[in-house]
Amino acid sequence: MRRKLLAIVVVMFAAFCVPASVHAQRARDVAPIDLTGYWVSYVTENWRYRMVTPAKGEYRRIPVSPAGVPIINAWDPVADTRAGNQCKSYGAAAIMNVPGRLHITWQDADTLRVDTDAGTQTRLFRFTARTSSSAAKPTWQGESAARWEQVPAPEKGGSLRVVTSNMRPGYLRKNGVPYSERATVSEHVDVTSLPDGGGELLLVTTVVEDPVYLNAPYITSPHFKREPDGSKWEPTPCSSTW
Amino acid sequence: MLVDLVIRRSVLTLIVVLVARVAFAQAGPTVLPGQFEFAGSWAPIGTEDVQNDSVPVDYLGLALTDEGRTRALSYDESQKSMVERQCQGWGASYAVLGPFGLRISRQSDPTTNRLVSYTIDPWEDWNGMTIWMDGRPRPSEHALHTQAGFTTGRWEGGVLAARTTHMQVGFIRKTGVPLSDQATIDWRFFRHDNVLTVLMVARDPVYLVEPEIISKGFRLSQTPLDFRDPCVPGYEGREPGDPVPHFAADENPFVDEFVKLYNLPREAVLGYRETLYPEYRKKIKDTYVPPPPCTADCGVAGNFVRRRGPTP
Repeated sequence: MRRKLLAIVVVMFAAFCVPASVHAQRARDVAPIDLTGYWVSYVTENWRYRMVTPAKGEYRRIPVSPAGVPIINAWDPVADTRAGNQCKSYGAAAIMNVPGRLHITWQDADTLRVDTDAGTQTRLFRFTARTSSSAAKPTWQGESAARWEQVPAPEKGGSLRVVTSNMRPGYLRKNGVPYSERATVSEHVDVTSLPDGGGELLLVTTVVEDPVYLNAPYITSPHFKREPDGSKWEPTPCSSTW
Repeated sequence: MLVDLVIRRSVLTLIVVLVARVAFAQAGPTVLPGQFEFAGSWAPIGTEDVQNDSVPVDYLGLALTDEGRTRALSYDESQKSMVERQCQGWGASYAVLGPFGLRISRQSDPTTNRLVSYTIDPWEDWNGMTIWMDGRPRPSEHALHTQAGFTTGRWEGGVLAARTTHMQVGFIRKTGVPLSDQATIDWRFFRHDNVLTVLMVARDPVYLVEPEIISKGFRLSQTPLDFRDPCVPGYEGREPGDPVPHFAADENPFVDEFVKLYNLPREAVLGYRETLYPEYRKKIKDTYVPPPPCTADCGVAGNFVRRRGPTP
C-alpha cells in the first residue's frame, strides 16, 4: 500500500514538473474571439498622416521628446533606402497604422501570425514564452507576448493583449518621426460587429512608449473591416518614400 | 502510521495543486468582469486627428453622398457668428469629434439600486448624452428629434454597446458636413487598463455612402474634469434677422484651400468613398507631391493651430 502511494506521489510530482503548456489548453482552442481572416484598413482618422507622406519636419499629434526633433528634421528617405532601412516605417510600433490588409492565421496552436501586405511584414504573437537562452537580435517586428483577456462565463467575448519589445529603431510616421530600440508597444485587439449585418470590425488600441523619443505614450486605435477572402491581398515591398 | 499520513496528505496536496494548475494554465488568462467601471472623468488623448486643421472645406476620411457633399459645400461657418446660432452646439457625434474629455456618472434606482442610466455631462458646445440602461423602449420614429437624440445601451461581453437615434438634422464635422435626422449612431465603449476607447459608427442613408467610423482614446483622470462655463451668446457683427451666411455649392471660395495647403488630392478632401481604402494610396502614388518642409507649428503645440491662408 505504501509503495503504491509512494509511486503515485512520484508520478504526480513528475507530472507537476512538466511544463505548464503541456497541460494547458492551447491558445487557439480557447480563443474568445476569432481574429483569423483578412482585414482591410478603413482610414477615417489621421488620413493626412497615413495615406500620404506628410511634410518633412511635421510631427503634430505625436508627443515627441526634445531628443527626437533633430532626428525628425534630419529625415533622409534616400539615405534610408541606401542603407537598406526602407522598412523603418513598417515596424511593430507603426505597422497597424499603415494602410493595407492584414491576414491573420494560427501558425501553431500557441502562435497567432499577422501578415501585412503593405511592406510584407510578419508579426508573431506568442502565447507561450520563448525558451531561447540568449537575447534575440532586434527586428522590425520585435518579439510579441500575447494573452487572452476573457470575460467570465456565462458571458462570451474578450480581447487580445499583446506586448511587443526588442524592436529595431523605426519611424512612427513615414516622414521620420522616430522610436528607439527601447520602445515598447502594448496593444489590445477587439472585434465588434457592425450594426445591421454590416460585417465585423477589428479595433487595435495601441500604446507606444519610448523613454528616448517620446515624452508621453503615443496612443492610436486604427480599425479594420473584415473581408470575405484574400482576393484583394496585394503584397508590396517596403518603401522609404511612399 | 506517520509515514502513511504524510504520503496521503502529499497526494491530496498534489491533486489540489495539479487541478488548480490545469484550470488556470490556459495561455495566461486574465478574467475580466462582464462590465467595467464606466463612471469617472476621462481625459481626451489628442493623438488622433479627425478635424485636421479645421479649414472650411475638409471632408477627409468621410464617404459622402453627392447630396451630402453639396450641402457641406454650401455651409459657411459664419453661421456660427449669428446670435441665434452661437450656442446651437453640436450633435451626439461630437462626443468623439470634439476636443473635450468625458465626465460620466451613473444613475441608479434609489429603491432597487439597479442601474438606470449613464450620463455624459455636457460641455460648452455639446449637450451631453444620457445612455438609458434600464431596457426602456425606443420612442416612436415620429417622436421628437433632438440634438442629443435618444440613446440606449447594454453590456455585451465586457463592452458597453449603445445606439443613438432620434437626432435632429445636424453635423458630423464642424466644417458643415451634415448628418440627417434619419441617421443612427452605434457606440462601443472598450476599457483596457486606464484607457477608454470609444468607437463611433455613424450611418446616414441621406448623406453618407458608408458609415463614418471613429475611434478615440480617453485616459482615466485622477482628478475630476472641469468644463468651462456654458455658452453665452454675444454680438459678433451680425444682426438678428440678417440672412444666413452660405455659399452656392459650386462657388465655395475655400474649396481648394486644404488641397493647396498640403498638396492633397481634391477627391480625398471632398470625401469620396474610394479614398478610405488602401487601393487609393496606390492610385495616387505617382502623382502625389509632398508639401514643402514644415517650418511653423510642426509639433504637438500645433495640434489646434488653425492653418489658414488669406481669405479668398
